[in-house]
Amino acid sequence: MTQLRELVQKVRSKNAGPFWLTVDIFCGTDEAYQEVQARLKTGRVATAMGANTQDLKRFDIPSLNVIKISLPRPTIQGAVNDRDMHGASWAALIAELDV
Amino acid sequence: MVRVLIPSGALGLNYDKVALQRGIDARPDIIAIDGGSTDSGPSYLGRGVSKYARASTKLEWAGLMEARAQADCPLVIGTAGTCGSDSAVEWMLDITREIAGEQGRPLKIAVLRSQQSGDDMAKALAEGQITPLSNAPDISAETLQSCTNIVALAGAEQIAAAIDTGADIIIAGRTTDTAIIAALPLMNGCHAGAAWHGAKIGECGALCATNPQSGVILVDFDDDGFTVTPLADGAHATPHTVSAHMLYENSDPFILYEPGGHLDVTGATYTALDDTAVRVTGSKWVPSDRYTVKLEGARAAGFQTVLIAILRDAHYVANAAKWAADIETKCTAKVCDRLGLSADEFSIELRLMGQSASFGDLEPRDATAIEIGVIGIVTASTDALSMEIGKLLNPYMLHHPLTAEEEQPTFAFLFSPAEMPRGQTYEFVLNHVLTLDDPMQAFALEVLDL
Repeated sequence: MTQLRELVQKVRSKNAGPFWLTVDIFCGTDEAYQEVQARLKTGRVATAMGANTQDLKRFDIPSLNVIKISLPRPTIQGAVNDRDMHGASWAALIAELDV
Repeated sequence: MVRVLIPSGALGLNYDKVALQRGIDARPDIIAIDGGSTDSGPSYLGRGVSKYARASTKLEWAGLMEARAQADCPLVIGTAGTCGSDSAVEWMLDITREIAGEQGRPLKIAVLRSQQSGDDMAKALAEGQITPLSNAPDISAETLQSCTNIVALAGAEQIAAAIDTGADIIIAGRTTDTAIIAALPLMNGCHAGAAWHGAKIGECGALCATNPQSGVILVDFDDDGFTVTPLADGAHATPHTVSAHMLYENSDPFILYEPGGHLDVTGATYTALDDTAVRVTGSKWVPSDRYTVKLEGARAAGFQTVLIAILRDAHYVANAAKWAADIETKCTAKVCDRLGLSADEFSIELRLMGQSASFGDLEPRDATAIEIGVIGIVTASTDALSMEIGKLLNPYMLHHPLTAEEEQPTFAFLFSPAEMPRGQTYEFVLNHVLTLDDPMQAFALEVLDL
């Protein structure tokens, strides 16, 4: 199996405000973009993040060779059960997905 | 044409002084800098305080006040003091007074306040003027009244009103990141799509370019588009770095909602003018029927005490999850028994750093660590109670055995005492917008002569 991180340049996750999280997958090249676009299933990302597929917004952006996925924050930023104030670590979970 | 000089993504993050001087020499029409965001969490808005050190803020602000005098143009800060509450605006104003005294120049200051009262907001909710955005928590009048601070995000209209006073310096409470940059181009009839798009690209300073930490950029707006030019040595904007910035901390890379409408960059074209500057055209501003401003609110969410231990014994490292779950169960029962509380009146959580602290049950990997850091987090209704529960948790984190048969273990504590009070915590409770009949309705503008 191949992990997503082996195919791409970088995966970044950030807060998009306190209630949303956004993950940017920078593929780097047209070839990598096409490969990731074909192999990365939105449902797999949802499962990895403990979210429902229908809550994910996915943007495939060929001009940047980027796939962006936004979702309601798994926990509200800074809530007692939040583990990651800036939403920084979620990228690792996606980068390590087998695709 | 309107030329906006942006020293960095936020006051407190520092800026390149040589690049700033280049910006001053380029004769900007305004210098705009952001003072905050929600990104560091609810405590800053909850307490109405700044995240950055006063010393850093003062040093950097003094440099910008000097730059303003040299450039002979207005200087505006949005979301003063990280959260933009009235108390944070006062803090910024106090620093400004101090510097003005030291620099010895008379100044006209416009202060734009964004704070909302809980009672006013409860009334607006009852009148149907407050509506939820996507993934907003349910709220009631009581939620709004329980907030320690509520702010509304000002847009370009309120900043324009402040600029119109002829002030040398504008200290604004909570604003959108873009409004402080977009306001002057919009006032001068520049292309509205370009004004908002250029503002979004510029709001993090040189983050839209290579050498992102250098900070300083110049954005030129006209009636057709905008041009972004980073000013530090080694900083280059390319069509890729500029267009990629629309991804940053934005749930939708093409649409950005602002008071009074939204920006649509689907049709934007990015062209390299040389190896440093990028020209952007084709962005669209779509006005909305209603004028709405976003609300942010934070309220108290209990007091915390934290303990840290390290597991290094291989047997305990291998069985850490079981050990931690057993402590949570047993200590919760003991707290109920000894303090006469029910289990929903407090919480005890052990997070295992090196194993599952990032994702909990969602962590798919399973590897044996050398050691595991254990963070015990107690949350309760008062400081004294969270400390008392922390003291009940202490012996478990120090000595809890996996089985009754084994010799009593001892784990590493970093500190004495092991219990560390974190004080009052806060939570964000609003992801809503407020409808206004007049943009200034929820904001207050004051002009001061220093």
